[in-house]
Amino acid sequence: MILRVRYAKLGKVRFTSHRDTARIWERALRRAGVPVATSQGFTPRPRVSFGLALPTGAESIAEYLDVELIDGSTLDDGELGGLPDRLTGVLPAGFTVLVAGRVAPGSGSVQEVVSSVTWELTPAAATDIHAAADSLLSATALPLERERKGGRRVDDVRPLIVSLSASADGATMIAELSTAGRSLRPAELAALAFTGADPVGVRVLRTHQWIEHNGDRREVLALPAAVPAPAAEASA
Amino acid sequence: MTALWTRIEPLLGQVQKPARYIGCEEGAITPRHGAGRVSWLLAYPDTYEIGLPNQGLQILYEVLNERPDAVAERTYAPWRDLDVLLRRHRVPLFSVDSHRAAGDFDLLAFNLSAELVYTNVLEMIDLSGTPVRAADRRPEHPLVVIGGHCAFNPEPLADFVDVVVLGDGEEVVGEITDVVGAWIRGGRADREHVLRDLAQLPGVYVPSLYDVTYDGPFLAAVTPRFPDVPAVVDKRTVADLGEWPYPRRQLVPLTEVVHDRLSVEVFRGCTRGCRFCQAGMITRPVRERPAAQVRTMVAEGLARTGYDEVSLTSLSTADFSDIETVVGDVLADRASRSPGCPTTINLPSLRVDAFTVGLAGQVNSGRRSGLTFAPEAGSWRLRSVINKLITEDDLYGAVEAAFSAGWTRMKLYFMTGLPTETDEDTLGIAELAANCVAIGRRHTSRASVTASVGGFVPKPHTPFQWFGQNTLGELRRKIDLLRTRKPRHVQLKWHDPAATVAEGIASRGDRRIGRVIERVWRSGGTFQEWGECFDLARWTDAMAVEGLALDWYVHRHRTVDEVLPWDHLSAGLHKDFLWDDWRAALAGSGVEDCRWTPCYDCGVCTGYGIEHVVASTLPPAGGSQGTGQELDNVHGVPRPRRVQPAQLLAVRSLALTHSHDREEHQ
Repeated sequence: MILRVRYAKLGKVRFTSHRDTARIWERALRRAGVPVATSQGFTPRPRVSFGLALPTGAESIAEYLDVELIDGSTLDDGELGGLPDRLTGVLPAGFTVLVAGRVAPGSGSVQEVVSSVTWELTPAAATDIHAAADSLLSATALPLERERKGGRRVDDVRPLIVSLSASADGATMIAELSTAGRSLRPAELAALAFTGADPVGVRVLRTHQWIEHNGDRREVLALPAAVPAPAAEASA
Repeated sequence: MTALWTRIEPLLGQVQKPARYIGCEEGAITPRHGAGRVSWLLAYPDTYEIGLPNQGLQILYEVLNERPDAVAERTYAPWRDLDVLLRRHRVPLFSVDSHRAAGDFDLLAFNLSAELVYTNVLEMIDLSGTPVRAADRRPEHPLVVIGGHCAFNPEPLADFVDVVVLGDGEEVVGEITDVVGAWIRGGRADREHVLRDLAQLPGVYVPSLYDVTYDGPFLAAVTPRFPDVPAVVDKRTVADLGEWPYPRRQLVPLTEVVHDRLSVEVFRGCTRGCRFCQAGMITRPVRERPAAQVRTMVAEGLARTGYDEVSLTSLSTADFSDIETVVGDVLADRASRSPGCPTTINLPSLRVDAFTVGLAGQVNSGRRSGLTFAPEAGSWRLRSVINKLITEDDLYGAVEAAFSAGWTRMKLYFMTGLPTETDEDTLGIAELAANCVAIGRRHTSRASVTASVGGFVPKPHTPFQWFGQNTLGELRRKIDLLRTRKPRHVQLKWHDPAATVAEGIASRGDRRIGRVIERVWRSGGTFQEWGECFDLARWTDAMAVEGLALDWYVHRHRTVDEVLPWDHLSAGLHKDFLWDDWRAALAGSGVEDCRWTPCYDCGVCTGYGIEHVVASTLPPAGGSQGTGQELDNVHGVPRPRRVQPAQLLAVRSLALTHSHDREEHQ
């Protein structure tokens, strides 16, 4: 069977890279004794697949991991229910497994099925989020010059913005961005939205990854109502 | 308590590899600071990726944190990008555990495993807000401590450090904690008070308590300034490694580091007697860990860390007398573990013989890509001079065994600039490598051999401490000679000879070299172990400004009657023994491994009343390196001799190992 977990990455560990995170997970799965299937060949690798890479420095409460178990091993509902705590216990502080489920065979990897992602961008200094959102939404085109394979090219990133809004307290921009084609990275959006502010000082949090199917939109794995919001910052 | 995290965090978005600075490793402790606890900041003066795996630092971190009266945190050298930002935003050097300011600790203790990091030591002291010169420090400043192999000639750093620790640190850190704790409870009176007390501890050297006099360019004497300060400071030695099963909780970093695997130290010390090797000389005698304890440490370590690879470390792991038992046990435990990725057992510092290759094949059933051997010199004549007694048959036997067992890449380590080396010896490197390729290509067309060549730097406390290092021009000429004669299918790599010169300045320098190190540091010369940061001109310019001659410090042969800058520090080796061994080297005669042959009285066991701890009275099975070498058939072996305990003398060559670390990393 294929196991899918949704986890949060918050606080100091946000400075680990996607590659670091993959290694952290490999060790955690071994420590937890999860029977992970391995690839064939001289260098067997665990059959684990990650969703869309989270930029180094960004936080998330919507990261995904698919784990293929060795043939014949399954987890019953009780084991599945206990898995989040078991995995969180062997992960570094800041990683919290929120929910675990099964993936139907042939239903595609997270990377394949996700169509859009919701981000929360919080600038360090007070900024008029409403005005910034309105300005981007009212533009007919948002040309952005980016490096690509050694050359520079200009893309119109306006079509990638599904929605933009301000949080209730007005401190945070909530952005849903399409993952189709070459996606718009949160740092790039921050640079477009908060002109004049230091993009490095913008706190980035991924809150959802969405699957669209026949006009319906659902989360890859929804959070059960009982899951408490993770602490905002692992204390120093 | 000064938690700096909120000031550091905004900077981390602007630097490369920010995970270097967050801590959070599995195995890290939550530091408990407070009255009655002496606080240590254990520092490694190179990047996090190089420093985190250091086992010495991790051992002391645990040993100190287990004490009720101590707390220890860790710090590593911030890379240049963060260094600039820290200075711009006036944020001091910090610990990675709780992001506490370095200047708030009672002791700032550096682990030194290579000379070229000395300028980073100064940078880190300065970044902590502590005066760089020990004489300018006040009671509230941290005591700056150094230990590790380079501490056996600490004189180039004498003006910048308060305390030097010689030898194994497990026991002495507790004694230092006691003394510093009493000083703090007594109201932190003047620094000299605590330094005088510390100087009473065996293994502790306080440079400021000694006067140094010169006779022209020569050292005349190093004399204690007070009667209670020892004239000669002896190293510390842990007699039984079995009593110190550390690290119990090896740190598992969140980001990739060199040696990213579990490490279990199987023995300390080496008596092969390679004459260039400072590590082998200063860590005597051999102390093996009981095989059962190795097995437990491996099993528990793998389960706790989640690593799928373990390294059995020592200076020559195939010499561990119970190696076959240990490997069998670990393999059995591995087979009984839950399925999933198989565990890899790594045997570093392998001997060059077919037995060893067999062992490597036994533990490594999966991928067999590369294997590394270190013949060190290109001819049997020169290998006899350096006492690295590998015959060509040993090497070719090992290479044949390796290629036939499925390995395809071979890496060979050599040095150039060794005593008595001729061009014939240097070209022997190319010949050996060519013959290894020829053996390999009989097995696979993918066979490749890399010859890695480093310039030799003579080290204190070795028989080669009197040898005048080859000049930059001579090292370059030898490397060029090899480049022009490079055989087909052999890759040639070489260490920058300019860095070898700078290492030579610091390796055998005296206190006057401190001013050179300070100038190199002030001119921006940090991270000198890193090719992109190194510039020999900084060193030669500083030497010129200080009126010190490169030839005198680096390229000159020393004489038997000369006072060496480390003569007042002892690794237990008789100076007579070292001198006789130097003469034997020049005569081209080797000595056997005293684990399995009669004592030749180097001075360590007899002087310290300790002995080799070896489970087996028989040498391990295998090639000539393990069987007493049959030297009689090859060269005259000096018979065991008794040397009157004369002046005790004291001790490193892991610079090469260290640069290997960086190679692995880059």
